[in-house]
Amino acid sequence: MKAKHNRDPLRIASLIHRISGLALALFLPLHFYVLGLALNDAARLDTFLRWTDYPLVKLAEAVLVLLLSLHLFGGLRLLALEFLPWSPRQKAYAAIAAALSFFVSIGFFLSAV
Amino acid sequence: MREAAEALDVKVWRGNAHGGGYRSYSVPAQESQTVLDVVTWIQQHAEPTLTYRFACRVGMCGSCAMMVNGEPRWTCRTHVRRVLDGKRLEIAPLRNLPVIKDLATDMAEFFDKWTGAEGVFHPTATRKDAIAPISPADPMRQLANEAVECINCAVCYSACDTVTANPSYLGPAALNRAWTLQNDERDGAYAPRLRAVSADGGCFNCHSHQSCLTYCPNDLNPTASIAGLKRLSSTSFLRRGRTR
Repeated sequence: MKAKHNRDPLRIASLIHRISGLALALFLPLHFYVLGLALNDAARLDTFLRWTDYPLVKLAEAVLVLLLSLHLFGGLRLLALEFLPWSPRQKAYAAIAAALSFFVSIGFFLSAV
Repeated sequence: MREAAEALDVKVWRGNAHGGGYRSYSVPAQESQTVLDVVTWIQQHAEPTLTYRFACRVGMCGSCAMMVNGEPRWTCRTHVRRVLDGKRLEIAPLRNLPVIKDLATDMAEFFDKWTGAEGVFHPTATRKDAIAPISPADPMRQLANEAVECINCAVCYSACDTVTANPSYLGPAALNRAWTLQNDERDGAYAPRLRAVSADGGCFNCHSHQSCLTYCPNDLNPTASIAGLKRLSSTSFLRRGRTR
């Protein structure tokens, strides 16, 4: 009795929006902790910043940027869906949001390495 | 109707609220055969105790919806050749609703949610008053027109993943009905209905997967109706409760 529309692009877009939101919520305390080091422990901050120069860490940062942009563009898509007149191009908008997110994160990675 | 030589491999879910499973039947394939024709053939020729629900057979009454090869469909208007997977056809009771027996589900909670969403017309005039003139060109009437042809088949309710995840969610059909009434200027329950659809289990639970739009047999768009209710609710919040 299971429905077979599990691979519908809009269902996947909704899932990605929630997972990226959760991942960002988990990331934020770490982010604020590092910002706090700038005020309280400059030496440790410098050590941390040197660690972020490793390419693998840059790649992890690019993944974070990807999550952030997926959540941003996905959220804009939902706001447009709910507050603008209805458009039949919903799957195209989800694809554009995903494409923009990959564009931003790959751009970040290329400029960072 | 010309009878073809080949047979369909049909699996039908048999059971009740306590559980059940699929049983296989071989059904003769026919030209222009609907899924409801297949179920009726099984009941008349193979399984007299098979329970299912139908009435009009022409897509008006909304009582024959079932899961067909994993997707909710109105079976009287679904041609077998359009949904056949090879020669295989798997028919089950509608998802997201409790089973009474075999293919018949208990629709009580589905209709209770219509009333929960204030999907009931509250007249502002009596029979002694003149009939309210409503122009077909009126923008509100046009919004209602786009959503009003619902036949209560529960296909959207069955397709909705949010209903699966959150049984208290009112669902696409009830909210779509509420949207038509919010755009009916003869109706007198705008504010209580807005409260009902904005409360827990209301329109803000919708994740916009748009399965209701994908599967609605009447080509309605409950997602757009729910988005409209979200807009009304947000606007009312920004105006501190003032509506319209």
